[in-house]
Amino acid sequence: MLSSRAAVRGLQLFTWRSLSTSTCVQEAHGKEVATSSIDCSQPQYNDRLDTPLPDIPYVTKFNNEQSKLKEKEKGPWTQLTKEEKLALYHLSHRQTFAEMKKGSSEWKTVVGGLFFFLGFTGLVIWWQRVFVFGKPPHTLSEEWVAMQTQRMIDMRVNPISGFSSEWDYNTKQWKK
Amino acid sequence: MSAGTLAKPAMRGLLGKRLRFHLAVAFTLSLAAAAGFKFSVTEPRKQAYAEFYKNYDAMKEFEAMREAGVFQSVRPKGQ
Repeated sequence: MLSSRAAVRGLQLFTWRSLSTSTCVQEAHGKEVATSSIDCSQPQYNDRLDTPLPDIPYVTKFNNEQSKLKEKEKGPWTQLTKEEKLALYHLSHRQTFAEMKKGSSEWKTVVGGLFFFLGFTGLVIWWQRVFVFGKPPHTLSEEWVAMQTQRMIDMRVNPISGFSSEWDYNTKQWKK
Repeated sequence: MSAGTLAKPAMRGLLGKRLRFHLAVAFTLSLAAAAGFKFSVTEPRKQAYAEFYKNYDAMKEFEAMREAGVFQSVRPKGQ
């Protein structure tokens, strides 16, 4: 009894949401993961396609060479080299647009899980077929279906483009 | 930076341009679908019905069905 309660509790704690948002699964899917807690009273940095200019720059505390670069930024920008411009971009932003737009591998897990559970359902239904279901109705037996088909042909069911149109009434067999 | 300046992108009429293009596509595809259905489904079906009733003898069919024993109001001639 106690062990079954523990099993139920364990099952309750294990939900898809906790699995899909766990950091190890997310990193397996190739997504970036936040590791520290956030202070929601302050403006947040965000990488979003629809708001391209974040509220605060990504790096706010500069070391020595970063401070020198920031000083140089106050001057004419034509004097900055390409590497310096890229370095300044990476100071203010965490991800580039290309990195933001990159997809993840989550779909593989979803499709894999889908097929797995479809297979499991198939096994369950096979077991039911063997141990649960009763006999099929007698109207599905070979003899009954043969009698039924003959009666449908005699009644001229759908003789124009349907059932009886496939039967040759002269040679008494199905049309080739 | 790049050697020359970029061309100024289109700033106006974007929705109109998209609608004009997609309207033409939608009309064409709809007409094609309707024509395809007409010539692959309705015309053959009309032909099939015309063929069936060209030499259809209702009394002959009735006698055949009667002999097969599918009616409740008339039994086959032997009974």
